[in-house]
Amino acid sequence: MGKTLAEKVWDDHVVVKGEDGAPDLIYIDLHLVHEVTSPQAFDGLRQAGRGLRRTDLTVATEDHNTPTLDIDKPIQDPTSRKQIETLRQNAAEFGVRIHSLGDKEQGIVHLVGPQLGLTLPGVTVVCGDSHTSTHGAFGAMAFGIGTSEVEHVMATQTLPLKPFKTMAINVEGELRPGVTAKDIILAVIAKIGTGGGAGYVFEYRGSAIRSLSIEGRMTICNMSIEAGARAGMVAPDETTFAYVKDKPHAPKGADWDAALEYWKTLPTDDDAVFDAEIFIDASELEPFVTWGTNPGQGVSLSGEVPAPESFDDPTDRAAAERALEYMDLKPGTRLKDIAVDTVFIGSCTNSRMEDLTAAAEIIRGRKKADGVRVLVVPGSARVRLEAEAAGLDKVFTDFGAEWRFAGCSMCLGMNPDQLAPGERCASTSNRNFEGRQGKGGRTHLVSPLVAAATAIRGTLSSPWDLEAAEAELVKDGVA
Amino acid sequence: MEKISTLTGPIVPLERSNVDTDQIIPAVFLKRVTKTGYDDALFHSWRQDPAFVLNQEPYRHGGILVVGNDFGTGSSREHAVWALRDFGITAVLGPRFGEIFRGNAGKQGLLVGKITEEATEALWAVARANPGEPVTVDLEARTATAAGVSHPFEIDDYTRWRLLEGLDDIALTLRDEAAISAFEAKRPSWMPTTQDRTPQARTQGAS
Ligand code: SF4
Repeated sequence: MGKTLAEKVWDDHVVVKGEDGAPDLIYIDLHLVHEVTSPQAFDGLRQAGRGLRRTDLTVATEDHNTPTLDIDKPIQDPTSRKQIETLRQNAAEFGVRIHSLGDKEQGIVHLVGPQLGLTLPGVTVVCGDSHTSTHGAFGAMAFGIGTSEVEHVMATQTLPLKPFKTMAINVEGELRPGVTAKDIILAVIAKIGTGGGAGYVFEYRGSAIRSLSIEGRMTICNMSIEAGARAGMVAPDETTFAYVKDKPHAPKGADWDAALEYWKTLPTDDDAVFDAEIFIDASELEPFVTWGTNPGQGVSLSGEVPAPESFDDPTDRAAAERALEYMDLKPGTRLKDIAVDTVFIGSCTNSRMEDLTAAAEIIRGRKKADGVRVLVVPGSARVRLEAEAAGLDKVFTDFGAEWRFAGCSMCLGMNPDQLAPGERCASTSNRNFEGRQGKGGRTHLVSPLVAAATAIRGTLSSPWDLEAAEAELVKDGVA
Repeated sequence: MEKISTLTGPIVPLERSNVDTDQIIPAVFLKRVTKTGYDDALFHSWRQDPAFVLNQEPYRHGGILVVGNDFGTGSSREHAVWALRDFGITAVLGPRFGEIFRGNAGKQGLLVGKITEEATEALWAVARANPGEPVTVDLEARTATAAGVSHPFEIDDYTRWRLLEGLDDIALTLRDEAAISAFEAKRPSWMPTTQDRTPQARTQGAS
């Protein structure tokens, strides 16, 4: 029997095979480090008198706490400042390469690996952050880990990991214009639930996935964890190779040729069998939005807020009741009638060039709705520079949006970018948990296109609504 | 991690059940950047009360904590174990524990043993009658002995072995050091490197 992509990558990284159900010892090719989950790991090494085994496979950046304004001034919040200062000291002490605030490669840790060409097909990647699954878009196997595992990788460059099951997420057909990778993954999570992927590594397959760019695939893999999966992957193909080639740290010359030859062997064999499979028809998908407080509580934007009674499972029903109360929403409300206070375009899910370009195309030449705050936060300093070179910053500021420096920002509100209690936000991030974007804040997860259209109209909207509204105006002879 | 065979210390009676990790250490302390120095954080809200057991002599310097049912449930924070250890608690005995807490404790070298409810009551009674009375926890024999009475305790074989050998997760993995080095020697040269891609820089990084 053939092997799946995930099984191939795993098998090629087994250092010691576990006997009798014991975990396999897996080699880690790339360890990404940031300021929140690393300090105690470094401290643990220090206490035990251990060194960091492979500084050449480790890279650090500052992202969760970094301010997106006045980055040249000292950080105000003492906890944030302390975490960042500690990371800098630790990086110096242990010899870890670090991209600090102000550096061109600084940014959200999940943008840094790909933009440097460190994230490659067929490698294993870990980081003390659950959205490490992002890197699976390249055909890498990428896991989020906890602080004691961070220390373990620093000391040994390996991790004891339990075997996993495989699930194929088949997405076939062509997406309609205005429907994006984000809508695919929100629909997948709504279909299988936030725990539906527990114990699995997903492989996203099918014509809709093949025709996505690498950045779109990153958006999808990023949110695998929101369905409970351990990782999500896409088989590498020509799109992947073209994206990786010529990145600063991509293999060169003979190394590149050898890598390419290996990468082409990675896709799942025709006779391989997945432990589970689901099917999604891409051509039926519409722009998607969440109404609740977990990423599985979502529906098509053309729909309504569901009634708790519509859920058969008592746990789901109770969760829906609680979510509606927190979100201050009534069953039956049309999603398009929901007004927002803030629009956030950013996070490791949707803050790359393609996301910013797509949003900018929608808003170009328009003005934001009155009273709506629009925050655009590029994922990395490099993205910010590229966007500025393309004139996107101007498009956003002319529109009335705030153009910020790179970081996690309002995705989790560890820096000053937060929602006020009761504020409602259309956000391109990945978690709509209670209080995630600020205490009492209410989050609707959306694509960059929906975020942009919402910023124009002030209510949850898709690009389709803009076209419909314009058609109306033409019919009435106004425009 | 230090090897453990027997531990002796005063019985510290925490006569409460359902003590979750939030009560062991509140979330505000999770923002710290160290792995030690959490002694002040342990049971932080209860410690505001001068009458709380850990504020009393002879319990102010730790010992062997004897707890009620369902100790260490709730959030998975490893800080709960660090705070107990930093305060001077070397072992925790009780009838039932949160699973994740018990796993974390084993990995960090804190002995957690399951005793019966009767044994729990008996140890509390000893401490009440004679505060500061020591208990000896014998990991080889899996017994806790106080005031001449021995109570058996349960601990799984694997965790017991690790504690006896003083092996944390990392030490355990480093027993396979030869296999790791052999694996590294065979990795292809196109693999990622955060150093410059020159042959010299590549070998320097691997130390
Ligand atoms: S952007 Fe959000 S999800 Fe991504 S790493 Fe930062 S905090 Fe985590």
